[in-house]
Amino acid sequence: MTDYTPTEIMTIAAARLLTNDEVCFVGIGAPSAACNLARLTHAPKITLIYESGTLSTRPSVLPLSIGDGELCDTALTTVSVPEMFRYWLQGGRITIGFLGGAQIDRFANLNTTVVGPYDAPKVRLPGGGGAPEIAINCGQIFIIMAMGQRAFMDKLPFITSLGHGTGKGSREALGVKTRGPTQLITDLCIFEPDPETSELTVTSLHPGVTREQIQENCGWPVKFAAAVRETPAPDATELSVLRDLHARTKAAHAA
Amino acid sequence: MAEFMSLRDAIAANLRDGDSVAMEGFTHLIPYAAGHEVIRQGQKDLTLIRMTPDIIYDQIVGMGQAKKLVFSWAGNPGVGSLHRVREEIEAGRLAIEEHSHAAMANAFEAGAANLPFAVFRGYRGVDLPKVNPNIRSVTCPYTGEVLATVPAVRPDVAIIHALKADREGNVLLEGIVGVQKEAVLASKRSVVTVEEIVEDFGPRSTNAVILPAWTVTAIAQVPGGAHPSYAQGYYKRDNAFYIAWDKIARDKAVFLKWMEENVLASGPETFAAQARRFAVAAE
Repeated sequence: MTDYTPTEIMTIAAARLLTNDEVCFVGIGAPSAACNLARLTHAPKITLIYESGTLSTRPSVLPLSIGDGELCDTALTTVSVPEMFRYWLQGGRITIGFLGGAQIDRFANLNTTVVGPYDAPKVRLPGGGGAPEIAINCGQIFIIMAMGQRAFMDKLPFITSLGHGTGKGSREALGVKTRGPTQLITDLCIFEPDPETSELTVTSLHPGVTREQIQENCGWPVKFAAAVRETPAPDATELSVLRDLHARTKAAHAA
Repeated sequence: MAEFMSLRDAIAANLRDGDSVAMEGFTHLIPYAAGHEVIRQGQKDLTLIRMTPDIIYDQIVGMGQAKKLVFSWAGNPGVGSLHRVREEIEAGRLAIEEHSHAAMANAFEAGAANLPFAVFRGYRGVDLPKVNPNIRSVTCPYTGEVLATVPAVRPDVAIIHALKADREGNVLLEGIVGVQKEAVLASKRSVVTVEEIVEDFGPRSTNAVILPAWTVTAIAQVPGGAHPSYAQGYYKRDNAFYIAWDKIARDKAVFLKWMEENVLASGPETFAAQARRFAVAAE
């Protein structure tokens, strides 16, 4: 099976990065699809946590919202929202925070707040939700986002959640002890922060994607690692489990 | 001490023009029937407080009853924008005080704990503190660490939907409990709608989330009162409605017509039918 969409390989490449040992704080949408795909394939023991308070949840369909009953029904336990943010997130119990975003810059800072001036917005986005504290209190951060000139920005109009700030050392200077974004999984490639500068650098190209294509969809001059890998194409199992999950989800949400 | 009342009387007695009100419920147990009653009664100049404004505040904002929105994530979950809220903010007609979820959750907890502010490890390296003067900091007297602070949330009124009340007026919540306990304890007055009123809660965990009758002002029974949100064990979230709302709210005229037909010309009794449509099968 070689037929797959850019969104499918993005989700599958993200899922492959997750292991049974992780305790994952899951954002809604693409992060939720990737985390549950991992759980339904190679990482059945991964711990998934949603900010609505559900610990170790095992949904059979993807939730539309962060607090669907499915998450609570299949969770080990459900705690209050203040407890979730204080004991579990701020308490340092989460190894990976998995975020999406509307806009990102070369140091993996994210904007989900506003396009244009804050007081006179051109486009008002939903805002930060859990992201500002997920970004600093989880052991590390994975980000999943489709590429495009309007999403991959040379300069963000607003920083909603911290990535690597203005480069290497920014997090430490702010007193943040966690690693921050370590993987950015897109529909075209995977970026990782450069060990010297923390600038996002392409480390893996999805099959058939060119460097020019990546540059065309990015608002800053893209850097490529010395050795760029090719992302393995999705296999039949990964694709069928992902498609089944989406089909079950679609049927459940239309009901 | 909690008083049993009709929903109309409960809202009329407790919510006034200019009040700050927190209608809480984190996806689960959102007090829609009570929110619709507020829309019918037309209280004005409200400060609306909610972590996730959701469709209920899109409706109240769209009807022109709010002067200010205090929130941490204003979207239609998994769908997109809250178009009425978004249009009012983009047009500069709605004042906002914006936070993160961690800040709001901590602020409700500080309110319940009768503290003036909440302290937490957050807001580092981000722009929100530059546009929200209520986000400040304090230096830990023991370690010297600089921590974020936000003022406690102390609403005039909390409005929530719960599963059950007993005859004494004690209130039971289960499932995703969000910040409702904190919201009620942080507020001066509280209105609770419930799915059912029972003689006795019966067998339950000794650690169940219960709001004692003496912490609640008014209780009204409204079966289905959380639809299109949901009530654990009673009925499921109407995800199809959340998806459909995008189209209704996008256009102000379509929105107003929908509100006229489904809220202004309606009443709390219509919620029971929605609960039956999405009823959780008896086990």
